[in-house]
Amino acid sequence: MEAREILEVCTPILSRHATTDPHVPSVCTTNERYLHTSPEFPMKRLLAAHAEAADVQVQPDIYQIAPVFRAGEYGTYHNPEFTLLEWYRVGMDHRALMDDTLQLLQHIWQTFDRPWQDAQICRYGVEVQARLGCWPEQATVEIIQAYFDQASRSFPSAIATDLDAALDLFMDEFVLPEFPPDSFTILKDYPESQAALSRLGIDEDRRCVAERFEVYYGSLELGNGFHELTDPLEQRQRFEDDLRKRKTLGEPSMPMDTLLLDALMAGMPECAGIALGLNRLQMALGGYDSIKQVLSFDDQRA
Amino acid sequence: MANYGTNEFKGGLKIMLDGDPHSIVSNEFVKPGKGQAFARTRVRNLKTGRVVERTFKSGESVESADVMDTAMQFLYSDGEYWHFMNPETFEQLAADKTAVADAYLWLMDEAMCEVTLYNGQPLAVTPPNFVEMTIKETDPGLRGDTATGGTKPAHMESGAVVKVPLFIEEGEKIKIDTRSGEYVSRVK
Repeated sequence: MEAREILEVCTPILSRHATTDPHVPSVCTTNERYLHTSPEFPMKRLLAAHAEAADVQVQPDIYQIAPVFRAGEYGTYHNPEFTLLEWYRVGMDHRALMDDTLQLLQHIWQTFDRPWQDAQICRYGVEVQARLGCWPEQATVEIIQAYFDQASRSFPSAIATDLDAALDLFMDEFVLPEFPPDSFTILKDYPESQAALSRLGIDEDRRCVAERFEVYYGSLELGNGFHELTDPLEQRQRFEDDLRKRKTLGEPSMPMDTLLLDALMAGMPECAGIALGLNRLQMALGGYDSIKQVLSFDDQRA
Repeated sequence: MANYGTNEFKGGLKIMLDGDPHSIVSNEFVKPGKGQAFARTRVRNLKTGRVVERTFKSGESVESADVMDTAMQFLYSDGEYWHFMNPETFEQLAADKTAVADAYLWLMDEAMCEVTLYNGQPLAVTPPNFVEMTIKETDPGLRGDTATGGTKPAHMESGAVVKVPLFIEEGEKIKIDTRSGEYVSRVK
Protein backbone atom coordinates (compact mmCIF):
# COMPACT_ATOMS: atom_id res chain seq x y z
CA MET A 1 0.00 0.00 0.00
CA GLU A 2 2.86 2.34 0.87
CA ALA A 3 4.64 1.56 -2.40
CA ARG A 4 1.47 2.52 -4.29
CA GLU A 5 1.02 5.65 -2.15
CA ILE A 6 -2.31 4.45 -0.79
CA LEU A 7 -3.06 6.27 2.44
CA GLU A 8 -4.14 4.35 5.52
CA VAL A 9 -7.33 5.65 7.13
CA CYS A 10 -9.37 4.79 10.19
CA THR A 11 -13.16 5.16 10.35
CA PRO A 12 -15.77 4.41 13.06
CA ILE A 13 -16.68 0.81 13.74
CA LEU A 14 -19.81 1.88 15.63
CA SER A 15 -22.32 3.82 13.53
CA ARG A 16 -25.80 5.36 13.56
CA HIS A 17 -26.39 3.94 10.10
CA ALA A 18 -26.18 0.44 8.72
CA THR A 19 -26.11 -1.37 5.43
CA THR A 20 -29.51 -1.92 3.87
CA ASP A 21 -28.31 -4.98 1.91
CA PRO A 22 -30.99 -7.62 2.65
CA HIS A 23 -28.37 -10.39 2.92
CA VAL A 24 -25.83 -8.57 5.08
CA PRO A 25 -27.06 -8.73 8.70
CA SER A 26 -25.73 -6.02 11.03
CA VAL A 27 -25.05 -6.48 14.73
CA CYS A 28 -27.23 -3.93 16.54
CA THR A 29 -26.07 -2.59 19.91
CA THR A 30 -28.36 -1.66 22.79
CA ASN A 31 -28.17 2.11 22.18
CA GLU A 32 -29.36 2.09 18.57
CA ARG A 33 -25.91 1.90 17.05
CA TYR A 34 -24.65 -0.71 14.60
CA LEU A 35 -21.28 -2.42 14.26
CA HIS A 36 -20.14 -1.88 10.67
CA THR A 37 -20.29 -4.80 8.24
CA SER A 38 -17.61 -3.08 6.12
CA PRO A 39 -15.96 0.36 6.32
CA GLU A 40 -17.34 1.24 2.88
CA PHE A 41 -19.66 4.16 3.64
CA PRO A 42 -17.34 6.30 5.78
CA MET A 43 -14.40 5.57 3.43
CA LYS A 44 -16.47 6.88 0.52
CA ARG A 45 -17.34 9.93 2.61
CA LEU A 46 -13.63 10.55 3.11
CA LEU A 47 -13.09 10.40 -0.67
CA ALA A 48 -15.86 12.93 -1.17
CA ALA A 49 -14.56 15.19 1.63
CA HIS A 50 -11.09 15.26 0.05
CA ALA A 51 -12.55 16.08 -3.33
CA GLU A 52 -14.41 19.01 -1.78
CA ALA A 53 -11.44 20.46 0.08
CA ALA A 54 -10.12 23.25 -2.19
CA ASP A 55 -6.54 23.20 -0.92
CA VAL A 56 -5.98 19.50 -1.69
CA GLN A 57 -3.85 19.14 -4.79
CA VAL A 58 -3.84 15.36 -5.12
CA GLN A 59 -6.79 13.09 -4.45
CA PRO A 60 -5.28 10.24 -2.40
CA ASP A 61 -6.22 6.60 -2.71
CA ILE A 62 -7.14 5.12 0.67
CA TYR A 63 -7.10 1.76 2.46
CA GLN A 64 -8.10 0.37 5.81
CA ILE A 65 -7.74 -2.90 7.73
CA ALA A 66 -10.66 -3.26 10.12
CA PRO A 67 -12.57 -5.83 12.12
CA VAL A 68 -16.11 -6.14 10.69
CA PHE A 69 -19.23 -7.89 11.93
CA ARG A 70 -22.00 -9.96 10.30
CA ALA A 71 -24.66 -11.21 12.71
CA GLY A 72 -25.17 -14.96 12.82
CA GLU A 73 -22.71 -15.93 10.08
CA TYR A 74 -20.87 -18.94 11.46
CA GLY A 75 -19.47 -22.00 9.73
CA THR A 76 -16.40 -23.52 8.12
CA TYR A 77 -15.70 -20.31 6.19
CA HIS A 78 -17.60 -17.77 8.31
CA ASN A 79 -17.21 -16.09 11.67
CA PRO A 80 -19.43 -13.20 12.82
CA GLU A 81 -16.30 -11.12 13.46
CA PHE A 82 -13.60 -11.13 10.82
CA THR A 83 -11.06 -8.76 9.27
CA LEU A 84 -11.34 -6.90 5.98
CA LEU A 85 -8.73 -5.12 3.93
CA GLU A 86 -10.62 -2.53 1.92
CA TRP A 87 -9.14 -0.06 -0.55
CA TYR A 88 -10.30 2.57 -3.04
CA ARG A 89 -8.49 3.67 -6.19
CA VAL A 90 -9.50 7.04 -7.58
CA GLY A 91 -9.91 7.18 -11.35
CA MET A 92 -9.80 3.39 -11.73
CA ASP A 93 -12.63 1.28 -13.08
CA HIS A 94 -13.32 -2.35 -12.09
CA ARG A 95 -11.01 -3.71 -14.81
CA ALA A 96 -8.02 -1.73 -13.58
CA LEU A 97 -8.87 -2.71 -10.00
CA MET A 98 -8.86 -6.42 -10.95
CA ASP A 99 -5.24 -6.01 -12.13
CA ASP A 100 -4.41 -3.99 -9.02
CA THR A 101 -5.85 -6.75 -6.82
CA LEU A 102 -4.06 -9.56 -8.65
CA GLN A 103 -0.78 -7.63 -8.38
CA LEU A 104 -1.22 -7.41 -4.60
CA LEU A 105 -2.05 -11.12 -4.37
CA GLN A 106 0.92 -12.04 -6.56
CA HIS A 107 3.17 -9.91 -4.35
CA ILE A 108 1.89 -11.70 -1.23
CA TRP A 109 2.24 -15.14 -2.84
CA GLN A 110 5.79 -14.44 -3.92
CA THR A 111 6.70 -12.98 -0.54
CA PHE A 112 5.68 -16.29 1.02
CA ASP A 113 7.34 -18.39 -1.73
CA ARG A 114 4.04 -19.78 -2.93
CA PRO A 115 3.84 -20.81 -6.60
CA TRP A 116 1.92 -18.25 -8.63
CA GLN A 117 -0.37 -19.16 -11.51
CA ASP A 118 -2.07 -16.54 -13.63
CA ALA A 119 -5.67 -15.98 -12.59
CA GLN A 120 -8.53 -17.28 -14.67
CA ILE A 121 -11.15 -14.67 -15.58
CA CYS A 122 -14.78 -15.88 -15.82
CA ARG A 123 -17.94 -14.02 -16.70
CA TYR A 124 -20.98 -14.72 -14.55
CA GLY A 125 -23.40 -14.70 -17.49
CA VAL A 126 -21.27 -17.02 -19.60
CA GLU A 127 -20.99 -19.55 -16.76
CA VAL A 128 -24.77 -19.57 -16.38
CA GLN A 129 -25.37 -19.67 -20.15
CA ALA A 130 -23.01 -22.64 -20.58
CA ARG A 131 -25.01 -24.74 -18.12
CA LEU A 132 -28.59 -23.48 -18.26
CA GLY A 133 -28.65 -22.43 -21.92
CA CYS A 134 -29.85 -18.92 -21.03
CA TRP A 135 -28.45 -15.70 -19.54
CA PRO A 136 -29.03 -15.19 -15.82
CA GLU A 137 -31.55 -12.41 -16.43
CA GLN A 138 -33.60 -14.78 -18.62
CA ALA A 139 -33.42 -17.67 -16.15
CA THR A 140 -36.34 -18.58 -13.92
CA VAL A 141 -36.48 -20.44 -10.63
CA GLU A 142 -38.18 -23.32 -12.53
CA ILE A 143 -35.30 -23.63 -15.02
CA ILE A 144 -32.76 -23.65 -12.19
CA GLN A 145 -34.77 -26.12 -10.12
CA ALA A 146 -35.03 -28.47 -13.12
CA TYR A 147 -31.23 -28.34 -13.44
CA PHE A 148 -30.87 -29.30 -9.76
CA ASP A 149 -33.39 -32.13 -10.16
CA GLN A 150 -31.54 -33.50 -13.17
CA ALA A 151 -28.28 -33.50 -11.20
CA SER A 152 -30.10 -35.10 -8.21
CA ARG A 153 -29.14 -32.16 -5.99
CA SER A 154 -31.37 -30.79 -3.27
CA PHE A 155 -33.15 -27.51 -4.08
CA PRO A 156 -34.99 -25.77 -1.21
CA SER A 157 -38.64 -25.14 -2.03
CA ALA A 158 -38.50 -22.07 0.27
CA ILE A 159 -36.62 -20.23 -2.50
CA ALA A 160 -40.10 -19.80 -4.03
CA THR A 161 -39.77 -17.04 -6.68
CA ASP A 162 -36.47 -15.53 -5.49
CA LEU A 163 -34.37 -15.78 -8.69
CA ASP A 164 -31.25 -14.25 -7.12
CA ALA A 165 -31.34 -16.79 -4.27
CA ALA A 166 -31.67 -19.61 -6.84
CA LEU A 167 -28.72 -18.18 -8.80
CA ASP A 168 -26.65 -17.91 -5.59
CA LEU A 169 -27.18 -21.60 -4.84
CA PHE A 170 -26.64 -22.56 -8.48
CA MET A 171 -23.25 -20.80 -8.53
CA ASP A 172 -22.25 -22.46 -5.26
CA GLU A 173 -23.28 -25.96 -6.35
CA PHE A 174 -22.20 -26.03 -9.97
CA VAL A 175 -19.86 -23.17 -10.91
CA LEU A 176 -17.53 -22.46 -7.97
CA PRO A 177 -16.51 -26.13 -7.48
CA GLU A 178 -15.14 -26.13 -11.04
CA PHE A 179 -12.73 -23.25 -10.46
CA PRO A 180 -9.09 -24.51 -10.53
CA PRO A 181 -8.25 -25.53 -6.95
CA ASP A 182 -4.88 -23.89 -6.23
CA SER A 183 -5.07 -20.63 -8.10
CA PHE A 184 -7.12 -17.44 -8.33
CA THR A 185 -10.27 -16.95 -10.36
CA ILE A 186 -12.02 -13.66 -10.96
CA LEU A 187 -15.75 -13.84 -11.58
CA LYS A 188 -16.98 -10.63 -13.21
CA ASP A 189 -20.00 -9.01 -14.85
CA TYR A 190 -22.65 -9.88 -12.27
CA PRO A 191 -26.33 -9.72 -13.20
CA GLU A 192 -27.89 -6.27 -12.91
CA SER A 193 -30.08 -7.54 -10.02
CA GLN A 194 -26.90 -8.24 -8.00
CA ALA A 195 -25.18 -4.90 -8.61
CA ALA A 196 -25.18 -4.02 -4.86
CA LEU A 197 -23.14 -0.77 -4.83
CA SER A 198 -21.57 -1.04 -8.28
CA ARG A 199 -22.50 0.91 -11.35
CA LEU A 200 -24.14 -0.70 -14.36
CA GLY A 201 -22.39 -1.09 -17.70
CA ILE A 202 -22.53 -2.95 -21.01
CA ASP A 203 -20.54 -6.17 -21.50
CA GLU A 204 -19.00 -7.53 -24.73
CA ASP A 205 -22.32 -9.19 -25.64
CA ARG A 206 -24.07 -5.83 -25.25
CA ARG A 207 -25.94 -7.00 -22.16
CA CYS A 208 -26.51 -4.74 -19.20
CA VAL A 209 -24.36 -6.06 -16.31
CA ALA A 210 -23.09 -4.86 -12.95
CA GLU A 211 -19.49 -3.60 -12.99
CA ARG A 212 -18.74 -5.87 -10.07
CA PHE A 213 -16.29 -8.74 -9.61
CA GLU A 214 -15.32 -11.28 -7.00
CA VAL A 215 -11.94 -12.93 -6.37
CA TYR A 216 -11.78 -16.64 -5.52
CA TYR A 217 -8.94 -18.89 -4.47
CA GLY A 218 -10.16 -22.29 -5.63
CA SER A 219 -13.85 -22.08 -4.72
CA LEU A 220 -13.21 -19.88 -1.66
CA GLU A 221 -14.55 -16.34 -2.04
CA LEU A 222 -11.90 -13.83 -0.93
CA GLY A 223 -13.11 -10.44 -2.02
CA ASN A 224 -15.69 -8.32 -3.76
CA GLY A 225 -14.90 -5.30 -5.93
CA PHE A 226 -16.98 -2.56 -7.53
CA HIS A 227 -16.66 0.17 -10.06
CA GLU A 228 -18.35 2.39 -7.50
CA LEU A 229 -21.74 3.95 -7.97
CA THR A 230 -21.39 7.73 -7.57
CA ASP A 231 -24.92 8.85 -8.52
CA PRO A 232 -26.72 9.93 -5.30
CA LEU A 233 -30.20 9.46 -6.74
CA GLU A 234 -29.54 5.93 -7.94
CA GLN A 235 -27.85 5.16 -4.62
CA ARG A 236 -30.95 6.32 -2.71
CA GLN A 237 -33.12 4.24 -5.05
CA ARG A 238 -31.03 1.12 -4.30
CA PHE A 239 -31.23 1.73 -0.53
CA GLU A 240 -35.01 1.98 -0.86
CA ASP A 241 -35.21 -1.15 -3.04
CA ASP A 242 -33.11 -2.98 -0.41
CA LEU A 243 -35.46 -1.91 2.38
CA ARG A 244 -38.48 -3.08 0.36
CA LYS A 245 -36.81 -6.46 -0.19
CA ARG A 246 -36.00 -6.63 3.53
CA LYS A 247 -39.69 -6.15 4.26
CA THR A 248 -40.65 -8.95 1.82
CA LEU A 249 -38.10 -11.28 3.42
CA GLY A 250 -39.21 -10.39 6.94
CA GLU A 251 -35.80 -8.90 7.75
CA PRO A 252 -35.59 -5.84 10.05
CA SER A 253 -35.48 -2.40 8.45
CA MET A 254 -32.18 -0.49 8.70
CA PRO A 255 -31.42 3.24 8.96
CA MET A 256 -29.96 4.03 5.51
CA ASP A 257 -26.77 6.07 5.54
CA THR A 258 -28.06 9.53 4.67
CA LEU A 259 -24.60 10.98 5.37
CA LEU A 260 -23.26 8.88 2.50
CA LEU A 261 -26.06 10.19 0.29
CA ASP A 262 -25.11 13.78 1.27
CA ALA A 263 -21.47 13.03 0.42
CA LEU A 264 -22.43 11.60 -2.99
CA MET A 265 -24.54 14.71 -3.57
CA ALA A 266 -21.50 16.91 -2.82
CA GLY A 267 -19.52 14.74 -5.24
CA MET A 268 -17.43 11.62 -4.87
CA PRO A 269 -14.64 11.08 -7.43
CA GLU A 270 -14.98 8.25 -9.91
CA CYS A 271 -13.30 5.26 -8.31
CA ALA A 272 -13.19 1.52 -7.83
CA GLY A 273 -13.02 -0.24 -4.45
CA ILE A 274 -12.60 -3.73 -3.09
CA ALA A 275 -12.84 -5.55 0.24
CA LEU A 276 -10.67 -8.64 0.80
CA GLY A 277 -11.30 -11.02 3.68
CA LEU A 278 -7.93 -11.29 5.38
CA ASN A 279 -8.76 -14.41 7.41
CA ARG A 280 -9.70 -16.27 4.25
CA LEU A 281 -6.59 -14.95 2.54
CA GLN A 282 -4.62 -16.49 5.42
CA MET A 283 -6.51 -19.76 4.91
CA ALA A 284 -5.61 -19.78 1.21
CA LEU A 285 -2.00 -18.88 1.91
CA GLY A 286 -1.53 -21.48 4.64
CA GLY A 287 -3.69 -24.22 3.10
CA TYR A 288 -6.15 -24.28 6.02
CA ASP A 289 -9.61 -25.92 5.70
CA SER A 290 -11.47 -23.90 8.30
CA ILE A 291 -11.53 -20.26 9.35
CA LYS A 292 -11.22 -21.47 12.97
CA GLN A 293 -7.63 -22.45 12.19
CA VAL A 294 -6.67 -18.83 11.52
CA LEU A 295 -8.56 -17.24 14.45
CA SER A 296 -7.31 -17.12 18.03
CA PHE A 297 -10.81 -17.88 19.33
CA ASP A 298 -13.81 -18.36 17.04
CA ASP A 299 -17.33 -17.17 17.87
CA GLN A 300 -18.18 -20.29 19.89
CA ARG A 301 -15.16 -19.68 22.14
CA ALA A 302 -15.05 -15.88 22.12
CA MET B 1 -44.83 -29.34 18.21
CA ALA B 2 -41.61 -27.34 18.39
CA ASN B 3 -39.90 -25.96 15.28
CA TYR B 4 -36.20 -25.51 14.65
CA GLY B 5 -34.74 -22.65 12.60
CA THR B 6 -31.75 -23.34 10.34
CA ASN B 7 -29.55 -21.44 12.82
CA GLU B 8 -30.31 -24.17 15.40
CA PHE B 9 -29.25 -27.01 13.08
CA LYS B 10 -26.52 -29.26 14.41
CA GLY B 11 -25.49 -32.90 14.27
CA GLY B 12 -27.93 -35.19 16.10
CA LEU B 13 -30.96 -32.84 15.87
CA LYS B 14 -34.14 -34.82 15.11
CA ILE B 15 -36.43 -33.24 12.53
CA MET B 16 -39.45 -34.22 10.41
CA LEU B 17 -38.95 -34.27 6.62
CA ASP B 18 -41.47 -35.59 4.11
CA GLY B 19 -43.43 -37.16 6.97
CA ASP B 20 -40.50 -39.22 8.30
CA PRO B 21 -38.28 -38.56 11.32
CA HIS B 22 -34.69 -37.69 10.34
CA SER B 23 -31.51 -37.05 12.26
CA ILE B 24 -29.11 -34.34 11.08
CA VAL B 25 -25.71 -35.92 10.35
CA SER B 26 -23.87 -32.74 9.33
CA ASN B 27 -24.70 -29.12 8.60
CA GLU B 28 -22.72 -26.61 6.53
CA PHE B 29 -23.36 -22.85 6.47
CA VAL B 30 -23.24 -21.68 2.84
CA LYS B 31 -23.30 -18.00 1.95
CA PRO B 32 -21.88 -15.76 -0.73
CA GLY B 33 -20.63 -12.41 0.67
CA LYS B 34 -23.53 -10.61 -0.92
CA GLY B 35 -26.34 -13.09 -1.31
CA GLN B 36 -28.72 -15.61 0.18
CA ALA B 37 -27.50 -17.91 2.97
CA PHE B 38 -28.27 -21.64 2.98
CA ALA B 39 -27.88 -24.61 5.31
CA ARG B 40 -26.58 -27.62 3.40
CA THR B 41 -27.24 -30.70 5.52
CA ARG B 42 -26.86 -34.45 5.37
CA VAL B 43 -29.80 -36.14 7.07
CA ARG B 44 -30.47 -39.75 8.03
CA ASN B 45 -33.98 -41.12 7.65
CA LEU B 46 -34.52 -42.87 10.98
CA LYS B 47 -37.02 -45.31 9.47
CA THR B 48 -34.93 -46.49 6.53
CA GLY B 49 -31.42 -45.51 7.65
CA ARG B 50 -30.81 -43.80 4.30
CA VAL B 51 -28.60 -40.69 4.33
CA VAL B 52 -29.38 -37.94 1.81
CA GLU B 53 -28.29 -34.34 1.19
CA ARG B 54 -30.86 -31.66 1.88
CA THR B 55 -30.40 -27.92 1.44
CA PHE B 56 -32.48 -25.32 3.28
CA LYS B 57 -32.83 -21.59 2.77
CA SER B 58 -31.51 -19.78 5.83
CA GLY B 59 -34.37 -18.79 8.10
CA GLU B 60 -36.58 -21.73 7.11
CA SER B 61 -38.02 -23.62 10.03
CA VAL B 62 -38.55 -27.35 10.28
CA GLU B 63 -40.79 -29.33 12.61
CA SER B 64 -38.98 -31.24 15.33
CA ALA B 65 -39.37 -35.03 15.39
CA ASP B 66 -40.72 -36.50 18.62
CA VAL B 67 -37.87 -38.98 18.86
CA MET B 68 -36.48 -40.17 22.18
CA ASP B 69 -33.73 -42.63 23.10
CA THR B 70 -34.80 -44.69 26.13
CA ALA B 71 -32.87 -47.32 28.06
CA MET B 72 -34.97 -50.53 28.09
CA GLN B 73 -34.46 -54.10 29.14
CA PHE B 74 -34.89 -56.90 26.59
CA LEU B 75 -37.39 -59.51 27.85
CA TYR B 76 -38.04 -62.10 25.14
CA SER B 77 -38.88 -62.63 21.49
CA ASP B 78 -42.01 -64.43 20.32
CA GLY B 79 -40.60 -64.85 16.82
CA GLU B 80 -42.53 -61.90 15.42
CA TYR B 81 -41.94 -59.23 18.04
CA TRP B 82 -39.16 -58.44 20.46
CA HIS B 83 -40.44 -57.35 23.86
CA PHE B 84 -38.78 -54.66 26.00
CA MET B 85 -39.50 -53.18 29.40
CA ASN B 86 -38.75 -49.79 30.89
CA PRO B 87 -37.09 -50.77 34.19
CA GLU B 88 -38.36 -47.61 35.93
CA THR B 89 -42.01 -47.55 34.86
CA PHE B 90 -42.28 -51.32 34.08
CA GLU B 91 -44.02 -50.26 30.88
CA GLN B 92 -43.63 -52.88 28.13
CA LEU B 93 -43.23 -52.38 24.39
CA ALA B 94 -43.01 -54.68 21.38
CA ALA B 95 -40.61 -53.86 18.54
CA ASP B 96 -41.09 -55.37 15.09
CA LYS B 97 -38.46 -56.77 12.71
CA THR B 98 -37.92 -53.41 10.94
CA ALA B 99 -37.12 -51.65 14.21
CA VAL B 100 -34.92 -54.43 15.57
CA ALA B 101 -33.10 -55.00 12.24
CA ASP B 102 -29.72 -56.70 12.85
CA ALA B 103 -29.79 -55.96 16.58
CA TYR B 104 -31.60 -59.31 17.17
CA LEU B 105 -28.24 -61.07 16.81
CA TRP B 106 -27.07 -59.52 20.08
CA LEU B 107 -30.27 -59.53 22.13
CA MET B 108 -29.83 -61.60 25.27
CA ASP B 109 -32.30 -61.95 28.09
CA GLU B 110 -32.28 -58.89 30.37
CA ALA B 111 -29.76 -56.99 28.21
CA MET B 112 -30.11 -53.23 28.61
CA CYS B 113 -30.68 -51.76 25.15
CA GLU B 114 -31.28 -48.27 23.80
CA VAL B 115 -34.70 -48.15 22.17
CA THR B 116 -35.39 -45.14 19.93
CA LEU B 117 -39.03 -44.18 20.29
CA TYR B 118 -40.92 -42.12 17.72
CA ASN B 119 -44.38 -41.02 18.85
CA GLY B 120 -44.03 -43.62 21.60
CA GLN B 121 -43.40 -46.47 19.12
CA PRO B 122 -40.03 -48.28 18.78
CA LEU B 123 -38.16 -47.05 15.71
CA ALA B 124 -34.77 -48.62 16.28
CA VAL B 125 -33.02 -50.83 18.82
CA THR B 126 -29.34 -50.42 19.74
CA PRO B 127 -27.87 -53.37 21.70
CA PRO B 128 -25.29 -52.85 24.47
CA ASN B 129 -21.80 -52.13 23.06
CA PHE B 130 -20.51 -55.37 24.60
CA VAL B 131 -22.33 -58.66 25.15
CA GLU B 132 -21.22 -62.03 26.55
CA MET B 133 -22.41 -65.11 24.68
CA THR B 134 -21.87 -68.84 24.77
CA ILE B 135 -20.56 -70.61 21.66
CA LYS B 136 -23.02 -73.18 20.36
CA GLU B 137 -20.89 -74.64 17.62
CA THR B 138 -17.34 -74.29 16.31
CA ASP B 139 -14.51 -76.48 15.02
CA PRO B 140 -12.50 -78.22 17.78
CA GLY B 141 -9.94 -75.98 19.43
CA LEU B 142 -6.23 -76.25 18.69
CA ARG B 143 -4.84 -76.61 22.21
CA GLY B 144 -1.92 -74.35 22.92
CA ASP B 145 -2.26 -72.37 19.69
CA THR B 146 -2.30 -68.85 21.05
CA ALA B 147 0.32 -67.38 18.78
CA THR B 148 -0.51 -67.93 15.12
CA GLY B 149 -3.32 -65.37 15.06
CA GLY B 150 -5.60 -67.51 12.90
CA THR B 151 -9.39 -67.40 13.31
CA LYS B 152 -12.37 -69.69 12.72
CA PRO B 153 -16.12 -69.05 12.61
CA ALA B 154 -18.12 -69.67 15.80
CA HIS B 155 -21.93 -69.91 15.85
CA MET B 156 -23.85 -68.35 18.74
CA GLU B 157 -27.27 -69.34 20.10
CA SER B 158 -28.72 -66.13 18.64
CA GLY B 159 -27.63 -67.06 15.11
CA ALA B 160 -24.70 -64.62 15.08
CA VAL B 161 -21.44 -65.86 13.58
CA VAL B 162 -18.26 -64.43 15.14
CA LYS B 163 -14.66 -64.98 14.10
CA VAL B 164 -12.78 -66.35 17.13
CA PRO B 165 -9.15 -67.41 17.73
CA LEU B 166 -8.34 -71.08 17.01
CA PHE B 167 -7.93 -72.04 20.70
CA ILE B 168 -11.57 -71.20 21.62
CA GLU B 169 -13.77 -74.25 22.36
CA GLU B 170 -17.44 -75.00 21.92
CA GLY B 171 -19.46 -74.09 25.03
CA GLU B 172 -17.06 -71.32 26.05
CA LYS B 173 -18.36 -67.86 26.91
CA ILE B 174 -16.89 -64.94 24.94
CA LYS B 175 -17.17 -61.14 24.97
CA ILE B 176 -18.21 -59.48 21.68
CA ASP B 177 -18.23 -55.85 20.51
CA THR B 178 -21.69 -55.49 18.92
CA ARG B 179 -20.68 -52.37 16.93
CA SER B 180 -18.15 -54.30 14.87
CA GLY B 181 -19.38 -57.84 15.55
CA GLU B 182 -15.83 -58.75 16.61
CA TYR B 183 -14.54 -61.09 19.33
CA VAL B 184 -12.97 -59.22 22.25
CA SER B 185 -11.92 -61.85 24.81
CA ARG B 186 -12.73 -65.07 26.61
CA VAL B 187 -14.96 -64.74 29.70
CA LYS B 188 -13.68 -66.88 32.60
